[in-house]
Amino acid sequence: MSVTPSVYPLVPKIQKETIVSLLEVGKRADGRGLEDIRKISIVPDYIGKSDGSALVYLGDTLVLVGVKIEPGSPYPDTPDEGVLMINAEFVPLASPLFEPGPPDENAYELARIIDRSYREIKAIELKDLVIIPGQKVLVLWNDIYVLNHSGNLIDASAMATLVALMRTKIPNYEASEGGFIVKKEGYKGGLKVKKKVITATVAKIGNYYIADPTEEEEYVSDARLSVSFTEDGVIAGMQKMGPGSLEEKDIDAMVELSWKVAQRYLTEIDSILKSFEQKSEGRKLEESGSSPQEKKED
Amino acid sequence: MGKSNIKLIDENGIRIDGRKPDQIRPVSMSVGVLKNAQGSALVSFGKTTVLAAVYGPREALPRHMTLPDRAILRVRYHMAPFSTTERKSPAPTRREVELSKVIRESLEASVFTELYPRTTIDIFIEVLQADGGTRTTSLTAASLALADAGIPMRDLIAGVAVGKVEGMLVLDINEAEDSGGQADMPVGMMPNLGKIVLLQLNGSLSREEFKEAMKMAIKAIKEIYLIQKQTLREKYAKITEEEREVE
Repeated sequence: MSVTPSVYPLVPKIQKETIVSLLEVGKRADGRGLEDIRKISIVPDYIGKSDGSALVYLGDTLVLVGVKIEPGSPYPDTPDEGVLMINAEFVPLASPLFEPGPPDENAYELARIIDRSYREIKAIELKDLVIIPGQKVLVLWNDIYVLNHSGNLIDASAMATLVALMRTKIPNYEASEGGFIVKKEGYKGGLKVKKKVITATVAKIGNYYIADPTEEEEYVSDARLSVSFTEDGVIAGMQKMGPGSLEEKDIDAMVELSWKVAQRYLTEIDSILKSFEQKSEGRKLEESGSSPQEKKED
Repeated sequence: MGKSNIKLIDENGIRIDGRKPDQIRPVSMSVGVLKNAQGSALVSFGKTTVLAAVYGPREALPRHMTLPDRAILRVRYHMAPFSTTERKSPAPTRREVELSKVIRESLEASVFTELYPRTTIDIFIEVLQADGGTRTTSLTAASLALADAGIPMRDLIAGVAVGKVEGMLVLDINEAEDSGGQADMPVGMMPNLGKIVLLQLNGSLSREEFKEAMKMAIKAIKEIYLIQKQTLREKYAKITEEEREVE
């Protein structure tokens, strides 16, 4: 059962008036313009034990995604494809409003928004995750872990998911003669991300549309619209959020703004990944220069 | 949306169930169908059938859930075990949890909750038979049940889904079209106010297709709205007749 939340911090009316009066002069409480996003920093491969991971800061919002790939069974209608599972946890250390326990409706909603954006357009090459067609495949678990909630969890989660998936390597599982699945050393190669998918959220407050809302802005917004895009601008998913309403012209304007924001996210991700990969190339070269003895001990 | 080898649209542009692309399924609506509830509605779009009931405004327990300045809404969207092709476990799925949330948020845009502080308005939705478009049918039924309960609202909410099937935009998709298609976009709206309260998209559309789909949905929603109003009017006409008989 979904219940009107009663634990939200009461953003006093005066505060809403302040936010709106700032918007009237093209400003926001944290000094940004209406269409500006917060600072993004990304740490790829944050969790060494995962098969792919990324830590993403979007302003003070902090999201960690870890990917684990394990053997499992295929869906009956797609016997020759691996399985993609996207899950989200809003852990209690992330916000005074989060409680321990099973995921609530917000966590399910977030996970399903990200999941839908990848699933229907087949952004991930799941055919590479098959061990025995129709019997054994690899299941890719993409676990989204919200570590600090300062608004716009969806966009931060979408960025962390994309980077984690782009960094994911497929473990070397093989079927032995007896039909057992064994994990061998090393990796089969990188996961193929056929389409880069990103989600951008725009909030409507009064007559204004703002990019990358903070937690406070989310509480005073009339409604939010999260739009998922592929890198070539095709809409891959959409969700209106919040108990308010939007007119058709609002939606058109919000879709256009979210596409602008989505492109900015993608540019950031590309440049961060590029410099990260260059750095790790450098590190690899250094390592190969070191004595083989040392390498063995490692 | 898995693969399907069945042709969903023939060369004449006619859909698998004989409809044209911009045609909704036969709709039937009735209100006041449950004795115990303050308001209720039974709505079907083709084979999709949904029953909605409203209890309240009533006291909420535990009390700390309530709000000092308005009523809270409690909404449950639930599918009956026999509503689907394969039996569905009655335990709530992730999907049902999410749909309960989006339906609640949609209804909150329409109900004057400030009229009933410290109470709850409970809306229970049971999908009796699922053949695509269950969330929009549920929203349409829930709004009708709220009206039947006499709860003041800004406007009724009507909903419909637009899909993309074999590259073509089609209205009010059924299950076969949903699972064999490329996109499913449910829209819920307060038609008289021109305000959209529910919008989701599963699948892919170009931005031009999206705009076109939105126009198709809004046009159909206005038709559905007329049926909703007609259904409510019929109920009151019946009541007046009964009163006359008593006199």
